[in-house]
Amino acid sequence: MDAPLAIRARGITKSFGEVVALDGIDLDVAQGQIHGLVGPNGAGKTTLLGLLLGLAVADSGRLEILGAPLARALAAPDGVAGFVDGPGLYPSLTARQNLAALAALRGQDARTTGIDDVLAEVGLTDVADDRASGFSLGMRQRLGLAAALLTKPRLLVLDEPSNGLDPAGKKHVHRVLTRLAADGTSVVLSSHRMDDLEALCSEVTILATGRVVFSGPLSKLAAEDRELDYRLRTSDPQAARQLAADTAGIHLDDAGARDAEVLVVRALVSALDELVARLVNAGVAVRELAPVVSPLEAAFLALSEQQEEN
Amino acid sequence: MTATIAADRAADTRRVSVARGYRFELVKLVSQWRIRLLVLACWVAPALFVAAVSQQSSLPVDTLFGRWMHATGWAGPLVTLGFSGTWALPLLTSVVAGDVFAAEDRLGTWRHLLVAVRSPRRIFAAKALSSLTVILLLVAGLACSSAAGGVVAVGNQPLVGLDGHLLTPGGAAGTTLLAWVCVLAPTLALAAIGLLGSVALGRSPMGLLLPALVALAMQLAQMLPLPVAVRLALPGYTFIAWNGLFTSPRQLGPLLIGIVVSLVWAVIATALAYLLFLRRDFTNLTYEGSGRRALTVGALPLVGLLAVTVGVVSVATPATGSGIEQEKLQRSVATAFAHLYRMQTEQLNRPDVTEEQLKATATCNKGGGKLTPEGPGNDWRCVVSWHLPDVEAAGSAIYQLDVTPDGRFVADGDGPKEVNGYFLVQTPTGDAPNPLWQFDGNVELLHTTKG
Repeated sequence: MDAPLAIRARGITKSFGEVVALDGIDLDVAQGQIHGLVGPNGAGKTTLLGLLLGLAVADSGRLEILGAPLARALAAPDGVAGFVDGPGLYPSLTARQNLAALAALRGQDARTTGIDDVLAEVGLTDVADDRASGFSLGMRQRLGLAAALLTKPRLLVLDEPSNGLDPAGKKHVHRVLTRLAADGTSVVLSSHRMDDLEALCSEVTILATGRVVFSGPLSKLAAEDRELDYRLRTSDPQAARQLAADTAGIHLDDAGARDAEVLVVRALVSALDELVARLVNAGVAVRELAPVVSPLEAAFLALSEQQEEN
Repeated sequence: MTATIAADRAADTRRVSVARGYRFELVKLVSQWRIRLLVLACWVAPALFVAAVSQQSSLPVDTLFGRWMHATGWAGPLVTLGFSGTWALPLLTSVVAGDVFAAEDRLGTWRHLLVAVRSPRRIFAAKALSSLTVILLLVAGLACSSAAGGVVAVGNQPLVGLDGHLLTPGGAAGTTLLAWVCVLAPTLALAAIGLLGSVALGRSPMGLLLPALVALAMQLAQMLPLPVAVRLALPGYTFIAWNGLFTSPRQLGPLLIGIVVSLVWAVIATALAYLLFLRRDFTNLTYEGSGRRALTVGALPLVGLLAVTVGVVSVATPATGSGIEQEKLQRSVATAFAHLYRMQTEQLNRPDVTEEQLKATATCNKGGGKLTPEGPGNDWRCVVSWHLPDVEAAGSAIYQLDVTPDGRFVADGDGPKEVNGYFLVQTPTGDAPNPLWQFDGNVELLHTTKG
């Protein structure tokens, strides 16, 4: 039996006047999954996230959130939390007061609702009693995440949660999201930071001009029939260059290499496998082999280029 | 099985109650420094102002009741009320009601709030009620503080009414309180206009300024020689009409009309703000106000309301023209003179004489008798005549009057100087100018009250 779905969307369309923001979107997000949304600006990510939060309803199609169909605005079931276009915080309140006010709004007792716990979880304990007006973008993002955690969500919807985060903040956020997913909470997040998505997401959906152009596991992206640039560092660059030149399907990109010790080759995965085998047979040690840009980023860039051409 | 349970739980969509939303909005409002400063200023500054001015040798005689600030502590809250109706209340409503929705636009918190509360209707109710609460707190501060400052600095003395009759300290306190309660109606109307501006104009500063601009426009209109029906149909007329509480009998007609008009404006403007708010598309990131819709749903109905109100008031009340007529002015001047003459008699330790014995009458003309005796102007001249018991000849005194379009006048004694010249008289609170030298009065613009 398949895992229950936190989100099931079929044929979702949404227009603003003559602008079609979403055009027949299908989306499945399983419980406990961290799902990334990627796409160029204007692809429809924020609109889709808004629909998931119940801020608007689709013009057509069927959307089920946590098993309940969403037929009207602001009818998202309890257990859905998150933010789009940045967290909603009140600068005249401290971090703790922001959370306490939100807890009181939901009828929770601020003393027992775990405000200190969520502040600690996102690494804001030290500034809990500082006004949010003095917070950096990264701190605001973390406080927004804390506000969402306060509701003990079963579906967390986050729009660009990594914006403005320093490495420590990023670590906090990643740890929280990973913990939530492990506990069964589904997370849908959009980001332009491909490294974040690759580190966190088990599946991604790529949107372009309101349509899904890819949806599935990240590993499937890498296996797609698309040549990628790879950095190759070996024990013998000269020999490696010769072997690469002799291998079918491998293209050397000398312009991309800034380090004489490093080759940049463009190839399909199958051709790359062949090259690695030849290097090993020739006794050349492979010290580093990695995509110059990740498969996800490459897909994103390809989409952007395609959009510009169109 | 798991999926079924999830579906059952998912159907549970809890909305936040208005009471919780109200508390949430109050917390946000009072956490702002400017609101805290306003509350502090409204509860402290009037007391200091009234106490300080009451100790000065020169009084704000241009403001109604200002000339009596030495005589009684109850003049202070009325001077403050006059000032508040002109400046403070429009600005306070601007800062509170004019910003309560726009603040969410500025902070980008609408989506957060909607996800948390899940009901635009309840958000609207909570915001309207919380801003109303803060405005009431500010108005209460202005009233209580100015009254406390006046009573502490000057004392709980009788107050001279607008027609010269004396209100007991208890009567003055009650009437002052009633006057402040009456101006809550136009304050609510301004607050509703503030809500409408805040909803319709988004983060535009025009939304914040709207109540102040509307109040300013209404004040300018009140300074023009408009027909009475138009004057009464303006939602800010109660800021003037409370003056009628300080005559005997009270001029309740214009006051009640003003209150009803203000409340109708408050209800209609709030309803329009509500409709605009419910129609707003919160998914639009670039919302800068509803533009054309603000005009069609917000402004045009209010213009229509003004036209309807003018029509209804015109039909329902007998007043025509400016409402300032010779006969009413003569009666008003004679009544005030009689009351103040009696006060002067007592202050000069002369034998008491009643208003009935004085049988004071006034004969007024305009422009030296060359102009039609009606309407506002500073060219009114009145000759007051009165009788004293056992004195055959009638006394007479001359006054130059400046009558403003809203019916208020200042009478300036023009002789004989023994009657209405400038000299000091002894009062329980110290020496004071002759009460017949200069005095305030008003002409009721409607024909509803007989003096």
